[in-house]
Amino acid sequence: MKSLEELHKIREMKRKELDLRVNTKADTREKHILVCHGTGCTSSKSPEILENFRRILKEKNIENVRVIKTGCFGLCAKGPIVIIRPEDTFYAMVTPEDCEEIIQTHIIEGNKVERLLCKDIDGTKVNSLDELNFYKKQKRIALKNCGVINPENIDEYLAFNGYQALERVLREMTRDEVIELIKKSGLRGRGGAGFPTGKKWELTKASEGEQKYVVCNADEGDPGAFMDRSILEGDPHSVLEAMAIAAYCIGANKGYIYVRAEYPIAVKRLQIAIDQAKDYGILGNNIFGTDFNFDIEIRLGAGAFVCGEETALLESIEGRRGQPRVKPPYPAQSGLWGKPTLINNVETYANIAQIILNGPDWYSSIGTENSKGTKVFELGGNVNNIGLVEVPMGTTLREIVYDIGGGIPNGRKFKAAQTGGPSGGCIPKEHLDTPIDYESLKEIGSMMGSGGLIVMDDTKCMVSLAKFYLEFTVSESCGKCTPCRIGTKRMLEILEKLCNGEGSELDIYKLEKLAVNIQKASICGLGQSAPNPVISTLKYFREEFREHAIAKECKALECKAMAKITVDAEKCKGCGLCQKHCPVNAIEGEGREKRIINQEKCIKCGTCLTNCPFHAIGNG
Amino acid sequence: MEENIVTLTIDDQEVKVKKGTTILQAAKQAGIDIPTLCFLKDINEVGDCRMCIVEVEGRRGFATSCIQTVEEGMVVHTHTPNVLEARHVILDLIISNHAKDCLTCTRSGNCELQALAVKFNVLNVEFPGEMTKHKVDDLSPSIVRDFNKCILCRRCVAACKNVQQIGAIDCINRGFESCISTVGDHSLNDVNCTNCGQCIEACPTGALHEKETIDEVWVKLKDPDTHVVVQTAPAVRVALGEEFGMPIGTNVTGKMVTALKRLGFDKVFDTNTGADFTIMEEAHEFIERFQANDNLPMITSCSPGWIKYIEMNYPELLPHLSSCKSPHQMFGALLKTYYAKKEGIEPEKIYVVSVMPCIAKKFESKRPEMKNNGLYDVDNVITTRELSRMIKQANIEFTKLEDSKFDNPMGEATGAAAIFGTTGGVMEAALRTAQDVLTGEDLDRINFEQVRGGEGIKRATVNIAGKDIKVVAASGLANARKILEEIKSGKADYQFVEIMACPGGCIMGGGQPIKSSKIRSEVDVRKLRADALYSIDEKSTIRKSHENPILKKIYEEYLEKPGSYRAHKLLHTHYQAREKYKLN
Repeated sequence: MKSLEELHKIREMKRKELDLRVNTKADTREKHILVCHGTGCTSSKSPEILENFRRILKEKNIENVRVIKTGCFGLCAKGPIVIIRPEDTFYAMVTPEDCEEIIQTHIIEGNKVERLLCKDIDGTKVNSLDELNFYKKQKRIALKNCGVINPENIDEYLAFNGYQALERVLREMTRDEVIELIKKSGLRGRGGAGFPTGKKWELTKASEGEQKYVVCNADEGDPGAFMDRSILEGDPHSVLEAMAIAAYCIGANKGYIYVRAEYPIAVKRLQIAIDQAKDYGILGNNIFGTDFNFDIEIRLGAGAFVCGEETALLESIEGRRGQPRVKPPYPAQSGLWGKPTLINNVETYANIAQIILNGPDWYSSIGTENSKGTKVFELGGNVNNIGLVEVPMGTTLREIVYDIGGGIPNGRKFKAAQTGGPSGGCIPKEHLDTPIDYESLKEIGSMMGSGGLIVMDDTKCMVSLAKFYLEFTVSESCGKCTPCRIGTKRMLEILEKLCNGEGSELDIYKLEKLAVNIQKASICGLGQSAPNPVISTLKYFREEFREHAIAKECKALECKAMAKITVDAEKCKGCGLCQKHCPVNAIEGEGREKRIINQEKCIKCGTCLTNCPFHAIGNG
Repeated sequence: MEENIVTLTIDDQEVKVKKGTTILQAAKQAGIDIPTLCFLKDINEVGDCRMCIVEVEGRRGFATSCIQTVEEGMVVHTHTPNVLEARHVILDLIISNHAKDCLTCTRSGNCELQALAVKFNVLNVEFPGEMTKHKVDDLSPSIVRDFNKCILCRRCVAACKNVQQIGAIDCINRGFESCISTVGDHSLNDVNCTNCGQCIEACPTGALHEKETIDEVWVKLKDPDTHVVVQTAPAVRVALGEEFGMPIGTNVTGKMVTALKRLGFDKVFDTNTGADFTIMEEAHEFIERFQANDNLPMITSCSPGWIKYIEMNYPELLPHLSSCKSPHQMFGALLKTYYAKKEGIEPEKIYVVSVMPCIAKKFESKRPEMKNNGLYDVDNVITTRELSRMIKQANIEFTKLEDSKFDNPMGEATGAAAIFGTTGGVMEAALRTAQDVLTGEDLDRINFEQVRGGEGIKRATVNIAGKDIKVVAASGLANARKILEEIKSGKADYQFVEIMACPGGCIMGGGQPIKSSKIRSEVDVRKLRADALYSIDEKSTIRKSHENPILKKIYEEYLEKPGSYRAHKLLHTHYQAREKYKLN
């Protein structure tokens, strides 16, 4: 238990101590070696790197240098990442064996380890984080502390205004004032649908009931999405603080964080954070000397995608099979165990303290008219910079893909971007300049979703892509309602037919009919949005569907069943390279003879195609 | 008052309904029949199947009419082109994963899915595809599960889990692979199922049905060397008519007897006579135990689903059970002893068929305790539904039959026995006899209204011979559980308890005619059938079991007195703790 004065003291002392983390000109003799401990870097041996640094420093009797584990820096493709502060030197793809050299060259000799410096897309070496194009257009609010603080140390969170918003709210503001402030900020739910957060709080507050609950939805399940994980791993206290603020506003005394068991690091750090907060009296009874009591428990999910749907999540917390309830009633009216319950997503919570500290006007000055603030995206797929980015709402897809993402690798062309995961849709190149916000994404047939953003180059088949997402939904449907349980399966079967060259135009018609009716008749968001990937690909790439259905052709060569790989005799010079690379000896011909592909043996792997120096091999 | 009334418009009709009414119910009041499939009033109101979707002006997406309630000024459309198309697609999808073998399905003609297919004139399946495949589970002596016909409405799950609080079945797997199964996907025979059959009554299709055993009856009827005797339970006579289009609650005793005779049974007896024996034995057992304060409260033992339930769940409370066999078992035992001797027929040649409203009786009749001299008391149990099929297969026009009377020498029964078929009936019948025995008088008090009615638990205090006796009648296993918990925790201050496994008693048993969700939401089936039984009782000249002249005679000639050595040997039984799961 710490008194308010003690907490203020810790905050002040730590802030001075950690100034070097955010200030390259910090007045200090210390250096901090920050080692990313997000899931990606951790699996690439960052804990070993951390240990090596510590061991070597000890062996060499070097003081004034501390090695800190942090959350995700964002540029996961370059991991494991090591950053040295205050000079902000960015070392990429560090291995445990590099530690010795970094200590010797950088720490002892004061020179940079050139070969480990991060390179930008154009090959230029960058000295610091800020010089990277990847970071230039980003604005970090939700990720503010990620990569800056040690997430397992509450003092470091306190140093950067941690729990100051909660203190202000509890000691200086009424519940209505806080809700009004959140409403004014324009913050909307980051879980996908974008419901105004303040409004949700207001509704839950207005619901009658002695017992209310606050829930954090950390059941991030979209393929390729890891923003919630990164926040929980990098800055867990920001979520706890916001939950406490929300609880104060709606009149709850108990909170649950529903997080997937597949996020072991996030779970561990959350538990550490909860324990530390309890230890300091920031969670528990009479928080900050007020009569406000609040406690948080973690509930582990078993990984069902549908449990990210708020009512299915509630069912799961209550110990039942994770499947949705029919709404209305909404959780604000009847949620956990029938009590009014506020459910917000991790990223939504991560914005709350910042909004309170910096004011609603500051927040609403960022973003577009109806979508305020920033949004975290996981940039993946055929893009150079894969990682976690946070951009102001209204940033265009082009800026994200080309400026931040560094464009498409291998000189290929952009074909489409998929946002919103299995619930979202495809955005083709004609909409590259659409400013990203809730409304405009919806308008062009996609959705914000939880922030997955997968870029596809021109070698991708859109029918296969739709099939991929439907495979996901079919295996993740809970099976409760008919349209989702059987309908998505039928859609998948039709897509499989099309990809196997067994489809017809009628199948496209059936696909659309199913899609529309599943959207309208399913119980929950999973079913209602499951057809989106099909509807949007049909909208923008209908011709490709028709090619599959009528001409039985997949130009992207992804649908192997339809491919017929042949050698163009005019272009073939008889070099035999294709033959050398063919894994199944399907290519016939000797010496300088023109080569012929034996269709019966060919497995359509495409190896010959990529190895032909004369572009003589193709589909058709 | 006014503020409790909501005015809304459904299909251009103004409707005024109570606040809290669902859109589906409101539509019903306006004469609009929105199709449903997973909906089963008060039991399964979950909105899973999506057939009942409607459009509500100003609302995004469809509303789920079976669970969403009306709001003032709401404008509902139940058959817009959008709704119709979605409903067609949903129905098509359900059918696409349903075994479409209607010709070889027991529920053909009484299948809610089939009825919808007819209503929507489904001529072909627009979205065919892979179908889930399930093994048929027919290892249980009572219930056959064919989940190739299951449409995952989960009405059976709700009946088992919520109404009966057994939870023998629930949904396993996810998505398209979802199916209703048991712990570890084992046979129903090897898990905590009590064989109550409420799941069958809840099923809209043929995914659940009783294990039919009428083939053997046909064979025996043909065999000149076998003396085939049939007995019918009280609840059968007030429900059998429904299978021939007669109104619910029609008493068809006379026609039923005629039909049974036409089917070729050598003798047609009444289980009600057995019920009178049960009362004699049970009332005397109660008096003895009451006076000795021995293992009170005493609990009735006529309901085999209930017996299996207590054996599996509360074995420590088994001493509270009456040791009486159920009426048809008592009667079967007497048929193979007293009747055989009297008529000079070798017991081995007597084949006893019980027509029961119950499928747990199929299990009960095969219990090893139900044997005497190596012979089962009852050889075959068929349900009300199975009897109706036999009658139909014998080309008998049931509704046109004349009435006949049960055969003698064992065809006389009292009004007390008739009400055995409804919750509270056994209690009432026992009280009629107990009060006369205790006072030694012929009391005028016959009706015990306190234990009548459809409530799940009915408590009453009855003063007999200056002593207050507290009694409870409970029906449905969820209510049974409450009573047992009271007994277990020492809170029970009553002396006599009647428990029936099925909510409402035997008239609502798992072997009775299956009523569609629509009928169940429009009429109180239990009340109609119960009223018919009480009416039989009212009209009976003898309304107390101990006054049944046949009983008197048989006790005089053969059994001596209630509770005698021979009575114990033939009419009483014992119970055993039972493992819930046999999962090897």
